[in-house]
Amino acid sequence: MINLTVNNRKVQAEPGTSILDALQAAGEKVPTLCYIKELFPSGACRMCVVEVKGKPALIPSCAFPVEEGMEVQTRSPRVINARRTIIELLLASHPFDCLTCPKNGYCELQSLASEYGIDRVPLKGKTRHHYTDFSSPSIIREPDKCILCGRCVRICEEIQGVAAIDFTRRGFDTMVLPPFETDLSETTCVNCGQCTLACPTGALHEVRVVEKVMQTLQEGKKYLVAQAAPAIRVSLGDFFGMEPGANVTGKVAAALRRIGFRQVFDTDFAADLTIMEEGTELVNRIKAKEKLPLFTSCCPAWIKYAEIYYPKLLSNISTCKSPQEMMGATIKSYLAQKQNIDPKDIFVVSVMPCTAKKFEAARPELSSETGVADVDAVLTTRQLNRLMQIYGIDFASLPEEEFDRPFGAPTGSGDIFAASGGVMESALRSAYYLLTAKDLTNVEFNDVRGMAGVKEASVKVGDLTIRVAVANRLSNARQIADRVMQGDSPWDFIEIMACPGGCAGGGGQLFGYDPDRVTQRIKAIYALEKSRTIRLSYKNPAVQAIYKDYFGEPGSHKAHELLHTDYAPRVAHR
Amino acid sequence: MTGNALETRSKVYIGMGTCGLATGAGAVKTAVEKWATAHSVKIDITPTGCIGYCKAEPIMDVVTESGHRVSYSNVTPDVAGFILDEVLVRKNYKLDGMLGQFKNGKAPLPGIPMIDEHPYFRKQVKYVLRNCGVIDPESIADYRAHGGFKGLDRALTMTREQVVAEMLKSGLRGRGGAGFPAGKKWQFALASKSDKKYVICNADEGDPGAFMDRSILEGDTYSVLEGMMIAGYAIGADEGIVYCRAEYPLAIERIKKAIVVMKGEGLLDKPIGSSGFQFTLRIKMGAGAFVCGEETALMASIEGRRGMPRPRPPFPAVSGVFEKPTIINNVETMANAAHIMADGADAFASVGTANSKGTKVFALTGKVVNAGLVEVPMGITLREIVFDIGGGIPGGKAFKAVQIGGPSGGCIPAEHLDIQIDYESLKTVGAIMGSGGLVVMDEDTCMVDMARFFLSFITSESCGKCIPCREGTQRLYEILDSIVSPYAKMADEEANLLRFNRVLNMESLAQVIKDTSLCGLGQTAPNPVLSTLRFFRKEYEAHIYDRKCPAHQCKGLLTYTIDTNACTGCTLCAKKCPTSAIVGEKKKAHYIVDEKCIRCGTCRDVCRFSAVSVS
Repeated sequence: MINLTVNNRKVQAEPGTSILDALQAAGEKVPTLCYIKELFPSGACRMCVVEVKGKPALIPSCAFPVEEGMEVQTRSPRVINARRTIIELLLASHPFDCLTCPKNGYCELQSLASEYGIDRVPLKGKTRHHYTDFSSPSIIREPDKCILCGRCVRICEEIQGVAAIDFTRRGFDTMVLPPFETDLSETTCVNCGQCTLACPTGALHEVRVVEKVMQTLQEGKKYLVAQAAPAIRVSLGDFFGMEPGANVTGKVAAALRRIGFRQVFDTDFAADLTIMEEGTELVNRIKAKEKLPLFTSCCPAWIKYAEIYYPKLLSNISTCKSPQEMMGATIKSYLAQKQNIDPKDIFVVSVMPCTAKKFEAARPELSSETGVADVDAVLTTRQLNRLMQIYGIDFASLPEEEFDRPFGAPTGSGDIFAASGGVMESALRSAYYLLTAKDLTNVEFNDVRGMAGVKEASVKVGDLTIRVAVANRLSNARQIADRVMQGDSPWDFIEIMACPGGCAGGGGQLFGYDPDRVTQRIKAIYALEKSRTIRLSYKNPAVQAIYKDYFGEPGSHKAHELLHTDYAPRVAHR
Repeated sequence: MTGNALETRSKVYIGMGTCGLATGAGAVKTAVEKWATAHSVKIDITPTGCIGYCKAEPIMDVVTESGHRVSYSNVTPDVAGFILDEVLVRKNYKLDGMLGQFKNGKAPLPGIPMIDEHPYFRKQVKYVLRNCGVIDPESIADYRAHGGFKGLDRALTMTREQVVAEMLKSGLRGRGGAGFPAGKKWQFALASKSDKKYVICNADEGDPGAFMDRSILEGDTYSVLEGMMIAGYAIGADEGIVYCRAEYPLAIERIKKAIVVMKGEGLLDKPIGSSGFQFTLRIKMGAGAFVCGEETALMASIEGRRGMPRPRPPFPAVSGVFEKPTIINNVETMANAAHIMADGADAFASVGTANSKGTKVFALTGKVVNAGLVEVPMGITLREIVFDIGGGIPGGKAFKAVQIGGPSGGCIPAEHLDIQIDYESLKTVGAIMGSGGLVVMDEDTCMVDMARFFLSFITSESCGKCIPCREGTQRLYEILDSIVSPYAKMADEEANLLRFNRVLNMESLAQVIKDTSLCGLGQTAPNPVLSTLRFFRKEYEAHIYDRKCPAHQCKGLLTYTIDTNACTGCTLCAKKCPTSAIVGEKKKAHYIVDEKCIRCGTCRDVCRFSAVSVS
């Protein structure tokens, strides 16, 4: 152990840890703006500077390892003056529209200004300006609010392997913009929204939709139906000070009902449908030994990524629509028929932990032949919170309610779609049954669970061995896809989710890039799944009923018409 | 011309660095060729690099019948013919503009001074510039004839450790600015275990007014590449990259040619002799960002990324370009290394002071008679450089200060003229050695305006990564700008209050930028302000409180007035005034309307009766 003193207090730290980690472990709060725990320190913001005896300048604690005998001061006048000056400098070129900013209350710059008691900005002067970019169906960029911490740039490049935005121009005029200063819609952006999580200010946030939903609710002309994704139930509590991963499934149903949705459904049901379709597709391809490995298709960011970077792999991707779209299509066909409502009058609102789902819902191919979109509006977790606030819904006092039948009795297999590896695990459970006509005795595949970027496993099914890979974060997906392209793939089935940890870490969740919080959500989702009486999709009575009444069997013509889609190569940078 | 025996073969050297070419050396060369044709003489024209005496360019050396090389300055095409007539035909060497003769081992020509006794060269010690302006930089044979590749040959007979020890012994410190011992850097890189290591030569010289590295690259190309090879051998690297700014096309062309020649001679891309040492060299052109002279930004640029610095540790010697151990030394350091290995560490260390060994090249510019490139021994005084070598201040004006070390450096006022030039002494007055920019300023220079100029350079050259540098230098620039802005421009009380606020925060902001910036660029960006504040505080106070510029440079603070007694009403000033700010009837005293006056000074320049005064 390394011995150091922090503010004249003796502290120990593991060799190789950064001063920042040592300080935090010792209970010292150190402000950061550019820091991303899992990446090489950037050293851009200089907020975490500390005074180290013997060093001529202040030291960025994030980028410097602890040394034996080091004497660190975190609250000397020099340190505090430097941090305050840096905050003042940021404020000097920042638009002062905090009260009308979408990040109001969640802005790290706002918090720092408050924490450090900044009561004036003495050095106003030149500012930077670039128009607000509304071009993307998912993400709004407001470069004027950007403090150039670089977190979005690094997440996009280093975590997601997309690099749709980067620093451009020089000196004071430096800005974070898409290549050639084009708009986001013309770039390789896959709409994952991780940048919106990472952004400390209001420079990146999702496309507004709350007003549209409210208007539709108030007009009363449409039959409003809501669906909530599996990940919402372990993340909405974040907005109300609950501990990370708190299970609020019943409250989500209650909240949506109070907002005024006529029926509230659980996307878990569509996840079960996805398993029926995708499991069948997998079994068929394995039997026919064609178009393997099979890639999952639940993640719209991955789909766009593949369309841009891996057009040759598109035929390997499952033709199944994502659960959100399957649910929408089923509501507007099966349910509409059953309850005798014109599909055109139904307005489906999804609550998703995701910004790419907005893009997905707007894809023209995901509408019926008559032009009725499967899903009409997508609220992120954050936007559901906003809607609840506007409608005065006191989340804490909400009762636990059930989602509506027939799409409201979920299985454990549906729940775990929220976590990276969940789709894989659920599909394997069903594939086992489809191939052997037997139920699995142990349904848990621990090898594919967790936050690791790439997970591999092989599963014995009768005399067949199915080799699988699971990747989250698109930079990891790239590794897997590259191997498949090189013909070097040992796998039969590959699950890909764009966001770290899967949808639990989705770009529509509470602001802040926080893998620890995502880990808690994932833990909670597996606990929930374990508590379900039915854990296998094909045993869901509602699923059995819909196939009996409507689709016939998985992979039927009807199922294909409503639950499957296709993909086309996509060119970014027009 | 008849009656004079004319040799059928002669030799002429023409300084054809970028500087020489810019002053017309190309036309001189053509003139020499024409003269040769006209006189049926075969003249070998050797284009050389720059000898450093910019004021004297174009420079042409003619080899006399006796084999003596005599140098002539300010040669135009006409003058070239005249010199050739005199030297080659009439055997008359003593001409106007003669700089002197070179040593050549023979008895000197009588009556012709030695060139190294010329006042400009007398106090210089040509160690690293020894070949510049002397040899044909494109000729590897010429380089070899002047001792080239002896350093490499010697290094290859030694172990890696011995080479590093030799460098440590020499005491050579990095000439790029910070002055870190080069041998130490090599030692760290040698100690790093890796399957691949790199040697990078930082040729991204970007300080305004600096051209030391360009001259070496253009004038003694091979010495730099030899230094890189020695470094490569010493640390166990097999690849070298010259990171050269694209604005140096001639240097790039010469490096490219040199690499081809070296490949042809078996020096590159295959093992050299029995040493087993194999080295490859390539050029990476910089795209014009000042910050790419910073080593971590430079490496990012080589890797194809945006040139932005990253925090250290890890240091490049441990994890550098492409995450491999890398040493980065600048041009002058590399060239020094080649000579040190050839001549031995002791010869190098015999020049200089206790902690700063060898020589330093400076680009002497500004208000000085002999502007040019000078190489001086460490320990020389500033006074010797400015007055003995530089010839003092033109026009009989008073010396005010030098700005040393470029935009990151500091200024040294007259009271410190006797300071020794070495790394430590310069620090005591808040300046740095820097890469070698030395700008002389006279009484007409406003120090606030000078600081403002360097700040404006930094605000546009900051990479934009860290907040104190990107935002802070802009605000610091605005502070200086409002100090030199006229009261009239302050539209309302708020603007005045802002100016007041700015002034109050100036020193503290400068300190925070210095204290918290990520890389050397930001950490030193406030130096021009802090250093002028230290030595010229009164000048700031005059601007701030009295709204006056004592050097009469800050236009916003000047007031032009016409002395009604002296004015004859000739109307010339009114006619010449570009904004029609001067009113008055013919033959009656004129007046200047201050709101319309743009302080261009035209009226003062044209007045024949000295009636216009400025305050």
